[in-house]
Amino acid sequence: MSDSDAMLDLAVNIGELRLKNPVMVASGTFGYGPEYADLVDLSKLGAMVVKGIRKIPWEGNEPPRMVEVPGGLVNAIGLQGPGAQGFVDKYIPFLKQYDVPVIVNIWGTTLEEYGEVAAILDAADGVHALEINISCPNVKEGGIAFGTNVDTAANVMQMVRKNTRLPVIPKLSPNVPNIGDFAKIAEQCGCDAISLINTLPAMVIDIETRRPVLTNTVGGLSGPAIHPVAVKLVWEAAAAVNIPVIAMGGIQNAQDAIEFILAGASAVAVGTANFVDPMTPLTVIDGIADYMRRHNVQRFSDLIGALDVH
Amino acid sequence: MAVSLVRSHSEKQAGYRELVLEAPTIAPLVRPGQFVHLRIPRLEHRLLRRPFSIFMADQDTLTILYKSVGTGTQLLTQVEQGEAVSLLGPLGNGFPEPNNDHIPLLIAGGYGVAPLYLLASRMARTGVLFVGGRTRTDILCDDEFEALGWDVQIATEDGSRGIQGLVTSALDAWAANNAGAEPAELFACGPDGMLRAVGERAITHNWKGWLSLDKHMGCGMGACLACVQRIRQPDGSIEWERVCKDGPIFEAREIVWEQENEDNHE
Repeated sequence: MSDSDAMLDLAVNIGELRLKNPVMVASGTFGYGPEYADLVDLSKLGAMVVKGIRKIPWEGNEPPRMVEVPGGLVNAIGLQGPGAQGFVDKYIPFLKQYDVPVIVNIWGTTLEEYGEVAAILDAADGVHALEINISCPNVKEGGIAFGTNVDTAANVMQMVRKNTRLPVIPKLSPNVPNIGDFAKIAEQCGCDAISLINTLPAMVIDIETRRPVLTNTVGGLSGPAIHPVAVKLVWEAAAAVNIPVIAMGGIQNAQDAIEFILAGASAVAVGTANFVDPMTPLTVIDGIADYMRRHNVQRFSDLIGALDVH
Repeated sequence: MAVSLVRSHSEKQAGYRELVLEAPTIAPLVRPGQFVHLRIPRLEHRLLRRPFSIFMADQDTLTILYKSVGTGTQLLTQVEQGEAVSLLGPLGNGFPEPNNDHIPLLIAGGYGVAPLYLLASRMARTGVLFVGGRTRTDILCDDEFEALGWDVQIATEDGSRGIQGLVTSALDAWAANNAGAEPAELFACGPDGMLRAVGERAITHNWKGWLSLDKHMGCGMGACLACVQRIRQPDGSIEWERVCKDGPIFEAREIVWEQENEDNHE
């Protein structure tokens, strides 16, 4: 490590959560921890965001659940998961071996369920923050059904806030007319940060069979194709609030991440790219450090929102 | 994960190619039935890796045997000697250790013969290979199995080689003459329809039937939950398992086939 490296400060705060660097892995793209632990030292990540959990175990959708499209994937996994207690029992002991904040993505089909999941995870030692999923397009109830209306979104945020002392991070849907309204509601509800974007609702048709490729008919588009859409929404959301913004959407490399940061994001999450190259979060961390050296920036926080708009 | 150099790449027979990769960190670890997840060079605007069964492996190299069927495998045919290819592997669990008191019956559909050849080459005893295909040019590796001392039974749908019909017809003919003479254990790789039919034979004859499933995969490492299959658990419950991580080999009695599941719901 050179002298200039010793001075580089990549740390960032998300509410009371201190991250050693601003690069997380996005919910649903890194499993619950063990899946990639042989390849990637989880302690090197800024945070580990685990796949969406509701109160009870959930089967998810019938396969086919994923289809590749130019520049991305359309998925309709449907939030298959072990349930809140199942997660706590099965995965927390594993995750505790690592020096990494664990953020649990939570969802429910009713307002009450969101509150119950929050309370269960609040009581579990080893959970460091909750990301509220009000934006998944792949479940018939819950998810996006709450996230595209300001009032229902606010109800969920307040319910979760009431049931936990952990930092609360609603994950916003891109599928709204004005993202700033949803960002502001999160801030007013006492949320510690916001994350965006979830996948964009999408559909793929097999023209030979004349059927939708996904059994769920529709799914969510992720991957590099959505990155510019996400940058614009992150920029708008960051301008609307003072709480930190965690940005995700098509990050493949440090350049993609830095765009988000200049647009106002305090941290980023790598998603779909993990499926292709699980080392991507680590190369993004290194790339951000390189960029800081090249631009003589010693503290990462000085880069946040450092966009020069015409 | 490794970047591998292509040592050689050649046509095996019409439509089928053999790709030999230098992979000294992966190849020595390979167990029969495992796969590698390969990023296809020049496959632009497509993100995902493609899974390939491992056909041969030694200390330094591993070989895959593939058929050019879609955009990905067509582009793969252009990969040249010396070119770098990104590999993840070896992935999946592979076949269980064969029971040497049982005669091994290997059932292959087309290039599904690839992982079975690796299995046979490491077995302590010989057995019978049943290999089927649409036509004679879809029959692969019969020479290699014969060189190992295996009995090779061939079936083609058009009758251009071996018996006319499905590979299960060849298996049924063998079973009619030999079942009961010696306990058998069955290992199969091929399309779903074939695997299901083979699994039914395993159950009928009271053989263990190890079936290698092929499902569209995302990550190949158990994270994305795209390639799930319903699997009967020891307690009788039915749960999703990940073909990439928990499989790709499952025992015939564990697999809850799609139609079967729909029937159960009706």
